[in-house]
Amino acid sequence: MPVKPGARLMQGNEACAEGALAAGLSFFAGYPITPSTEIAEYLAEHLPARGGVYIQMEDEIASMAAVVGASLAGAKAMTATSGPGFSLKQENLGFAAITEAPCVVVNVQRQGPSTGLPTSPSHGDLMQARWGTHGDHPVVVLVPWSVRECFDLTLHAFNVAERLRIPVVILTDEVIAHMREKVVLPEAGSLVVEDRARPDRAAGPALPYDDRQGDVPPMTVFGDGHRAHVTGLIHDRRGYPAGPGPATEALLKRLQGKVDSRPELVIAEEEETADAEVLVVAIGCVARSAARAIRLARAEGIAAGLLRPVTLWPFPGERVRAIAGRVRGIVVPEMNLGQMVLEVERVAGGRAPVHLYPRVDGNLITPEEVLGSIREVARG
Amino acid sequence: MSRREIRLSGEGGQGIILGGIILAEAAAVHGGLNAVQTQSYGPESRGGASRCEVVLSREAIDYPKVIRPDVVLVMNREAADRYAGDVSPGGTVIVDSTFVEEVPDTVGRVCRVPITRLAREHFGREIVANIIALGIVAGLTDLVRRDALERAVADRVPPATRDLNLKALDVGYRAAAEIPGPATP
Amino acid sequence: MSTALAEKYLRVERLPHIWCRGCGHGIVLGALVRAMDEVGLDLDRTVVVSGIGCASRAAGYLNCDGLHTTHGRALAFATGVKLARPELRVIVIAGDGDLAAIGGNHFIHAARRNLDLTCICFNNQVYGMTSGQHSPTSPRLSLAPTAPYGHLEREFDLCELARAVGAGYVARAAAYNPRAMTRLLVRALDLRGFSFVEVLSQCPTYFGRRNRLGGAVDMLKWQKEHTVDVARAREMDPAELEGKVVTGELHRAEYPEYTAAYAELVSRVKGETGR
Repeated sequence: MPVKPGARLMQGNEACAEGALAAGLSFFAGYPITPSTEIAEYLAEHLPARGGVYIQMEDEIASMAAVVGASLAGAKAMTATSGPGFSLKQENLGFAAITEAPCVVVNVQRQGPSTGLPTSPSHGDLMQARWGTHGDHPVVVLVPWSVRECFDLTLHAFNVAERLRIPVVILTDEVIAHMREKVVLPEAGSLVVEDRARPDRAAGPALPYDDRQGDVPPMTVFGDGHRAHVTGLIHDRRGYPAGPGPATEALLKRLQGKVDSRPELVIAEEEETADAEVLVVAIGCVARSAARAIRLARAEGIAAGLLRPVTLWPFPGERVRAIAGRVRGIVVPEMNLGQMVLEVERVAGGRAPVHLYPRVDGNLITPEEVLGSIREVARG
Repeated sequence: MSRREIRLSGEGGQGIILGGIILAEAAAVHGGLNAVQTQSYGPESRGGASRCEVVLSREAIDYPKVIRPDVVLVMNREAADRYAGDVSPGGTVIVDSTFVEEVPDTVGRVCRVPITRLAREHFGREIVANIIALGIVAGLTDLVRRDALERAVADRVPPATRDLNLKALDVGYRAAAEIPGPATP
Repeated sequence: MSTALAEKYLRVERLPHIWCRGCGHGIVLGALVRAMDEVGLDLDRTVVVSGIGCASRAAGYLNCDGLHTTHGRALAFATGVKLARPELRVIVIAGDGDLAAIGGNHFIHAARRNLDLTCICFNNQVYGMTSGQHSPTSPRLSLAPTAPYGHLEREFDLCELARAVGAGYVARAAAYNPRAMTRLLVRALDLRGFSFVEVLSQCPTYFGRRNRLGGAVDMLKWQKEHTVDVARAREMDPAELEGKVVTGELHRAEYPEYTAAYAELVSRVKGETGR
């Protein structure tokens, strides 16, 4: 089994790859791009020994396409990329969403736009991860803050993808991806691994999008004898192209509803929020700076707390709203010019002032910088 | 051990990052500490500035980068100019005097060792300078036990070069022992 | 096509198809059905993958697993399907714009890998679905709404490209001769490796009308008059071949097939790991 007990020093990218293997990854298609390449390299080395398929495709578009094709043929499939490559994945990410092909995409964020700073961290892709492909579509976006969480959330990403038949995005960044950290991975036997539901083959051919079976129809995998038709066009439950009208609306609402109707998908972690007068909302590596900053603030007598969205999308809006009602202000440190802050402002709804601390010079925000913002809010 | 921060710096090709990985692994896997290792590097595979940071602690490590380093290793002139001055009061700056003549003013103790020259003299190859430097770092501090470091070196270097690297580590420890003054930090 | 064949191989409930009167694509689909029948493909173990365009709608009419993907990407999706389940037969249907323009890179690399796919290009020299713009196979100086003064680029020889990058089988057929087309498609389906068949189809609605080539029958006659079988072409000198299109089996070669090579790699790695 891939997961060996005991402490080891592991890189974030390696932990993503290990998490995928623990989830039963059977297909990886990728294209080299810094700072995500270690995921592909790790899987190129380790997937064949487990009978899985690793392939480096001719470009990012093709690797996303191959992932979706493999998923439709029954594989647990993933790709990994970074900024410019994530832009190219968007086309077929949308295809995965409308065809309900479970898959996982890791985007190791680097400073953009365009080629940007290839070896520097950023959180510039937060909105792209939600809205990057055209049209309304469901997506779950997970943001790990440690090497261990790279493992846990990649496994979780597969479980959510398989359970809901949706693409799931893991947003890491150059810091978390390249950082090596001491980890103790869980025993393989202790992990929960979910697989997509498939129609009972004994019952004969099933419809590929039989919404009468629930909002996540059992998946008619290619080669299982269902003779399923799958198209990126708006389609009916037989998979056949449909025109404008109520069926189109019903399909899009069902797809979006897979995420919207499941509040249990939302994950957030809180530190010292119970009595906080200043709330910091931060994700990924920035949350590590923020965690230190709230301790420094408390040492100075400022009651600061941290809320860390683990699911960036769906956003933990209810928690932020609840805390917003009892704090003096909210600090949102971001390695971009203000993306998550828009969502924080929206959910806070004026209950507390929201302060953005942006940094876009290609370096991680420091605890001292977050502390500075906390002090400003505390002073009012 | 409360939070300790180590910054290793030099240029691409000097094995700076591998050195940091080995130090972190020795502390984390064989030394029972928490460890985080990060790096910054340019697009070049060889040449260009290379910086590797290691944070060690008994406690969970939040911010993964160095704030004020307790130990700074500088393996070339540019690294000395940029990082030697950052060391914390009472900290240690280890300088490869093969390449660095002048060290900027610092509040820490400066230890000059001709690391690369030692590599050349003892082994006829500069490539083990990073492991000698690790021996010096470990010899001058209480960051990791020697057996832990030896195991980490043996695990991380190519098997064919294991003995060579363990000998290089020993050269580092012996060089550290010859430096006068108290063990710090 | 006989009713029995149609009922077995087509999703009859989806007919009539969306193609215009006189379009060559129905002829190609008919030949493909006959070839599938002759080869004896198991429809429960066959996946037809297509991209976007008039040709790509063919995937929706065939009564097997079908995957109607994004523009140009059919071969990349098909690569995933085939590698995930190598026991499936995977047929890729593409138009000329789909395969040679937006999907050109995928075409090159799928052929180069010699992955076991059969790729059929319905070449009507035009973007029919978007109403007649020029494609990479449009003849030089032909007219299109996006080339109102004549198209300046040279046309792409897709068979030559496929051969050059390592496809295991390359053939060209024309809609005027469905019997020969069926024969070539049977051989393509029989090959383990990347087989490519380019089929000259006709688009009287856009290409024919814009370029004053007459109706469908005139365009089929043009095909008959301007195509030369490869066996006869070998005996003709270059001057005689000027302006002619060579049809038939153009290339066949033995290269290692990708899924077989990958399976070998897996057993090699597993052997080493197990030691």
